Amino acid sequence: MREYDIVIVGGGPAGLAAAISAKENGVSDVLILERDKELGGILNQCIHNGFGLHTFKEELTGPEYAARFIKKAIELNVEYKLNTMVADISKDRVITAISREDGLIQIKAGAIVLAMGCRERPRGALNIPGYRPAGIFSAGTAQRLVNMEGYMPGREVVILGSGDIGLIMARRMTLEGAKVKVVAELMPYSGGLKRNIVQCLDDFGIPLKLSHTVIDIDGKERVKGVTLAQVGPDGKPVPGTQEYISCDTLLLSVGLLPENELSRGAGVALSPVTNGPVVNESLETSLDGIFACGNVLHVHDLVDYVSEEAHMAGKNAARYVLDKKSGNTSDSRGPVITLKGENGVRYTVPSMIFTDRMEETLTVRFRVSNVFKDAAICTYFGDTCVSRRKKRVLAPGEMENIILKKKDIKAAEGLSCITIRIEQQ
Amino acid sequence: MEKRELTCIGCPLGCAVTVTLENGEIQSVTGNTCKRGEDYARKEVTHPTRIVTTTVAVRGGCKPMVSVKTKTDIPKDKIFDCVRALKGVTVDAPVAIGDVILENVADTGVDVVATSDCREEPLRKQA
Amino acid sequence: MYDAVIIGAGVVGCAIARELSRFQVNACVIEKEEDVCCGTSKANSAIVHAGFDAENGTLKAKLNVEGNKMMEVLARQLDFPFRRNGSLVICTDEDGIKGLETLKARGEKNGVPGLEIKGREELLEMEPNLSDQVVAALYAPTGGIVCPFNLTIALAENAAVNGIEFRLNTEVTGVFPEAGGYKVTTSNGDIQTRAVINAAGVYADRFHNMVSSRKLHITARKGEYCLLDKTVGNYVSHTIFQLPGPMGKGVLVTPTIHGNLLVGPTAVDTPDKEATNTTREGLDTLIAKAGQSVKNLPIRQVITSFAGLRAHEDGDEFIIGEAEGAPGFFDAAGIESPGLTSAPAIGVMAAKMVAEFLGLSDNPQFCETRKGIPHLDDMDFEQRAALIRENPAYGNIICRCEMISEGEIMDAIHRPLGARSLDGVKRRTRAGMGRCQAGFCSPRTMEILEREVPLSMMEITKCGGDSKIVLGRNKELDHPGCSQQPDQQACSKQ
Repeated sequence: MREYDIVIVGGGPAGLAAAISAKENGVSDVLILERDKELGGILNQCIHNGFGLHTFKEELTGPEYAARFIKKAIELNVEYKLNTMVADISKDRVITAISREDGLIQIKAGAIVLAMGCRERPRGALNIPGYRPAGIFSAGTAQRLVNMEGYMPGREVVILGSGDIGLIMARRMTLEGAKVKVVAELMPYSGGLKRNIVQCLDDFGIPLKLSHTVIDIDGKERVKGVTLAQVGPDGKPVPGTQEYISCDTLLLSVGLLPENELSRGAGVALSPVTNGPVVNESLETSLDGIFACGNVLHVHDLVDYVSEEAHMAGKNAARYVLDKKSGNTSDSRGPVITLKGENGVRYTVPSMIFTDRMEETLTVRFRVSNVFKDAAICTYFGDTCVSRRKKRVLAPGEMENIILKKKDIKAAEGLSCITIRIEQQ
Repeated sequence: MEKRELTCIGCPLGCAVTVTLENGEIQSVTGNTCKRGEDYARKEVTHPTRIVTTTVAVRGGCKPMVSVKTKTDIPKDKIFDCVRALKGVTVDAPVAIGDVILENVADTGVDVVATSDCREEPLRKQA
Repeated sequence: MYDAVIIGAGVVGCAIARELSRFQVNACVIEKEEDVCCGTSKANSAIVHAGFDAENGTLKAKLNVEGNKMMEVLARQLDFPFRRNGSLVICTDEDGIKGLETLKARGEKNGVPGLEIKGREELLEMEPNLSDQVVAALYAPTGGIVCPFNLTIALAENAAVNGIEFRLNTEVTGVFPEAGGYKVTTSNGDIQTRAVINAAGVYADRFHNMVSSRKLHITARKGEYCLLDKTVGNYVSHTIFQLPGPMGKGVLVTPTIHGNLLVGPTAVDTPDKEATNTTREGLDTLIAKAGQSVKNLPIRQVITSFAGLRAHEDGDEFIIGEAEGAPGFFDAAGIESPGLTSAPAIGVMAAKMVAEFLGLSDNPQFCETRKGIPHLDDMDFEQRAALIRENPAYGNIICRCEMISEGEIMDAIHRPLGARSLDGVKRRTRAGMGRCQAGFCSPRTMEILEREVPLSMMEITKCGGDSKIVLGRNKELDHPGCSQQPDQQACSKQ
């Protein structure tokens, strides 16, 4: 069985950044396993611009952003296997993978970084009634067909869900000659970035109907139309608001789910809120030596944050491996602090801190459960509010963070729980 | 006096910016939380621009399509002219990021450049 | 001139075709869809019933029990997945126990072995997720689950290999008696045949009534289902039925042979024989009803919902035999539940009648076995590694959810009656049947269909006919969208 110090599952933005960071932090033997035929993951089909404002202080397209990381990974001699699907990960870090070139192989890893990303929720998950004709695509599948293969999934399009991929595809399909009739969003607010609503919908006069959903799909062979209806506060269609819209295509952008089948198979504890692994300050999962970052951990909105998070995961995986190698098994973790979200904060990543392992600062990422205006992100050490950051607007579509300082935590005697809350001004 | 309500796109914050105009002259910009917001709003009401991203077909490459963009932003009302100008454009592999695909697209003075690499290789048909 | 024409390539038509191929016969199966297994056979409970439901002495009872008994041997011969997981009919009050006893007595009379009534305690050991209301259940160890696609496709492939012709994408428009047999008119020309076998599912009455004075009436009875993710596939291990009661016929909760959880069906008569749409009311009803069988049904794990149409005959009985006043026209009509279970026995019965009518002799070349696509799931590490060494296409995973390889998809395309559409590939390999519902694999499967069939990308369909997946190339569409101006005013008229 081949052995590697660190094996990274997934060669998208998270996997690439983790690999680079592991190399930079002194691990020589790093392998990326990628199921597609090139590195870069979903960025390769995200040809629109807007990536990298934080990381590179310039606006790049997805493939350009990916290319910078790929170049660096190759310069650092990160090994990678393409067209390779991981079939299984075991608790003791044996990875079973399958490919045309290598066949069925097993690899023993000193540490594993999970970077499998996420997938789109399909129609079935919404249980939309109606027929099951051709012409219903998840927005990402349509994006692949248009951007990678050069084929148009349809001419007259209705998009359900105003997630970023849906918005981006509204513009993309319009530019390629399709007519996007409407974007319907179940919630009273959009889950997408403001920038995308302006540049992908407003620019082209595409209406966004909030608090609307598709209640029926018509067409036996190919989609012929959909019925939209307004939904009330209970999430149920309001009688009398049905509107039939003829179209040949329905795109779904109704949420992303971290892709954790392999994690679950290994026995990694998952959060029911994020559907991603429960991790500590080192982004280490419930299993020793298995780390997670990027969209497999929780769904991000900006790739810059994915890279940042993955950088930490790679660094921590490197530290784990190097500690083991140097025989440093003291494994001092120090007191454990629980991190939790409350009052509008849906979750936090990480959700626990071993204080001795914490770096000088720790970025805690989270999402809010609703739109808040003129509110504050409040951090509580026990019952004491230690920080209050004002925000003019907070929205579920946009990931937020706070930075915890080690010196503050060390100074707080007997601290066992940190809570993040949203409070109105 | 005319008021234009905009959503700033300078960053994910998406500030709601109000521009007040009088006889086409900008009187005030409010609601922005940074200088970039003001700059954006001023530009958006006077001469809005966008970067256009799309794809063109490749001949003899490892993939059928290569992604492209306008090297800098172009006037917003030239978006469709730009896309139309790219209709039927096919490039030969290899293509590298930054390669000029079409010069001075739609008379904007801006070139369309590749945003992804494409190796020279006939499409591999696995059997 | 054919000896026999079978109308319909569902499980019944294919079972009859396979049994008929034991004889020296010149026969063909005519199917309006692009593939076999496209009607009721693809959208049902996928249950092999034990046989206690049907009234004593009916054809339904007889063929159910016979079909159930045949299933093991057939699964071995034709290499399709089948498992006897056992079934439970639950009741939720003491009165129901009488009902269970009636069912048990009926079943025993029908010849169902091993029936047993079990109390709550024992049931909870068998099925910990049963609802709190369950008091007792009738246990039938011979109940089973099967892959209805693979069963039908296996029968069809085996029939094809043994010389039965299949005419797909061909719709029968009329059946006319003439000297020496029948003229069958179709969307692809007329066909002469000595005998006709009517296995047209919900449309069987239409063809029967063209030739017989004794009219038949078949109602399409819609059944809606929800399919749940494999993570909850072991929520129950037996097939859980509900005792029909004042609340009507219940719904079942069952594992599927491929490890998902299936909930359904509803039962609503519909005048439209193509109405395979699901409805909000239907889905809500079955979720509510399933709650009487199991507690905390993990309904958030639904990956898809679908509806099938049962061919319900007014007399509530299978109609198998020569139609009155129409010598050589044989019905296999009204085949609703337990139709899937009974299909192998219906095949034997109908083929025997037809062979006697035509005076056919045995086919000495008949091959009773068929090898399916390799089951990579069932292989151990070494077997699988060896298969990939031999053919690396088995190492290229196309469907990530079900872990289906390029090799399996190529097999599906190149088999007798091979797949020509995404759904055809899906039914043969399960590629696209998993939790992402083909989001990941469909562009990849399309590339394989494009290369192997071959087809252009624009010709590839989901399920034949007008169900095209892509409608053109980029920038090719000459559509008003192109003239759409990026200008707020110009667009405000939308």
